[in-house]
Amino acid sequence: MAISNATLAGLTRTQLLEMHSKMALLRRFEEKSAEEYTRGKIGGFMHLYIGQEAVGIGCISTLRQEDKVLASYREHGHAITKGMNPNVVMAELFGKITGCSKGKGGSMHMWSNEHGMLGGNGIVAAQLPIAAGVALAAQYRGLDEVVMCFFGDGAVDEGAFHEALNLAALWKLPVIFVCENNQYSMGMAVEKAWAVETLLPRAAAHNMPAEIVDGMDVLKVYEAAKRSVEYTRSGKGPVLMEIKTYRFRGHSMTDPAYYRTREEEKEWRTTRDPIGIFEKHLLDAGLAAQADFDENDAKAIQIAEEAAEFAENSPFPEPEELYNDITIDDSTALSYRYER
Amino acid sequence: MRTVTFRDALREAIREEMQRDESVFIMGEDIAGYGGTYAVTKGLIEEFGEKRVRDTPLAEEVIAGAGIGAALNGLRPIVEIMTINFSLLASDQIINSAAKMRYMFGGQPAVPIVFRMTVGGGAQRGAQHSQMLESFYAHIPGLKVAIPATPYDAKGMLKSAIRDSNPVLFFEHELLYNVKGEIPDEGEEYTVPLDRGDIKREGKHVTIVTFSRMLHVCLQAADDLAKEGIEAEVIDLRSVRPIDIDLILDSVKKTNRVVVAEEGWKYYGTGQGLSALIYEHGFDYLDAPIQHVHGVDVPMPYSKPLERLAIPRKEDVVKAARAIVPAVLARG
Repeated sequence: MAISNATLAGLTRTQLLEMHSKMALLRRFEEKSAEEYTRGKIGGFMHLYIGQEAVGIGCISTLRQEDKVLASYREHGHAITKGMNPNVVMAELFGKITGCSKGKGGSMHMWSNEHGMLGGNGIVAAQLPIAAGVALAAQYRGLDEVVMCFFGDGAVDEGAFHEALNLAALWKLPVIFVCENNQYSMGMAVEKAWAVETLLPRAAAHNMPAEIVDGMDVLKVYEAAKRSVEYTRSGKGPVLMEIKTYRFRGHSMTDPAYYRTREEEKEWRTTRDPIGIFEKHLLDAGLAAQADFDENDAKAIQIAEEAAEFAENSPFPEPEELYNDITIDDSTALSYRYER
Repeated sequence: MRTVTFRDALREAIREEMQRDESVFIMGEDIAGYGGTYAVTKGLIEEFGEKRVRDTPLAEEVIAGAGIGAALNGLRPIVEIMTINFSLLASDQIINSAAKMRYMFGGQPAVPIVFRMTVGGGAQRGAQHSQMLESFYAHIPGLKVAIPATPYDAKGMLKSAIRDSNPVLFFEHELLYNVKGEIPDEGEEYTVPLDRGDIKREGKHVTIVTFSRMLHVCLQAADDLAKEGIEAEVIDLRSVRPIDIDLILDSVKKTNRVVVAEEGWKYYGTGQGLSALIYEHGFDYLDAPIQHVHGVDVPMPYSKPLERLAIPRKEDVVKAARAIVPAVLARG
């Protein structure tokens, strides 16, 4: 088959295949994480990103290295997409010292100063006020950087959502609020939790532009995110994106998802898989062949395997680590000689 | 030296640090145009402008959270939460974010932020505006909790707090703002550390450990006790996290008797925690049970006579000291 010189969403074939490769990686990384969780190598809560890959990748692909990302506890994908090494993310899941947070954070707490990944957050909606503050500092310091803040549809129900949107709009802060509406906050269906059908009236209430995006089509997400980032970077203030998506797995590893039907899940998986939809776009445009996808997938499986191997072979933190990093001076409750 | 109020000392600290460091700014409810609910920030807007003296909407969680975010991205915010009672609306950000971030992200972020707020009762503000609650935050690893009682300490400790690269809770008792005290002349730079208590009066018969407004009550009590021949050593904790346990134990070794005096409630608070520490590390030096002077275990009433009964008084401290200092010691 002849390979076309066409572009999609302004992206070249190389860029598009890179995007596909990232989607395959997030999928395979999460599948590997689930496997390791089942083997008992990963503990605690773990929330998988499977099904929502197009959202994180479409959005974060529009950012620069110095731009900042804040996310919820479902953030393995955001961390890797922002540039973090899958090895250190997997090692964090394993609780190893080589993890990005020295094994002290776990699944919900990925961070990298170098890549501008400012955390997964275990408290629903807490990242929104913080993101507003990160953006405030960027504005105050005259930096040409934007902040992208990801959260789920459940976060919209928290007061922090409204407080943060109001402040960001009032001060025209360079922050893009991205609601990943996966239609369930744990088991609560969004239509049972929201008095509105979409976030548009809520954005309007805080005087900020918003749009609804199909979160299963990475190109649509990318184009919308690009518009939002351009708007915000030009100094016009915050934007809200409501990206409609679906998580293919339960809320966390221990959730059997009794609150929805297997038919509903099957319908989404078979007809709305973001990787399948993207592959169809690429095939239709003559930009890639099945062999390209297979190659990307094989690479993704290998990277995920290697990440698990790296994590497995890394040491756990030494007992002394227990007392490090509490504060910069590691102060605790007592000041001097009776400490510890 | 010169005499200033606690309020003016705080304002000087903020002004000097903002002059010294461009990354320091202050935000909160009514701190700019209004000049601060307790007038601490009065005049700062004229000197530093709207960028660095920021009035915020009435929304404690985003005030705290945005402060934390700004601290994560290169600034050193001073966040004014009007009172500790309202800080409960911001407590998720303070406890779950500010206190945790450095540890749970493996030492990568620093959170150089100061949360200033008033504490305490005695001004007939009623149950929801009169709480101490310092122990609520002092319970949390990852925070520092400063609670000065004099203008000298207020200025020196606030400067230290602003320069500290960790989250610091800074508690100002509402009834202290007009209290006067000596501080060094303008241009004479000084700071006071955030992990040291201070002996405010020396004595040999009993150690009275206290903090915030109760320091002044205890100093008056010590004057009364002195008339009976009881020489009380009065220690001002100044910080409740970390607690300067060494200073206290050294004093206990000398006096062998302790009164812990605080305005807050009896149970599970600073006083009980401190007493447990003294028993744990200083049991062998004690000649009598530790006496605990504290607020009455009720929500703060509004009515003046009732409020007076709820807050510990000088007489309570005197009585507690008398109970454990034998007359023979006082005579000697």
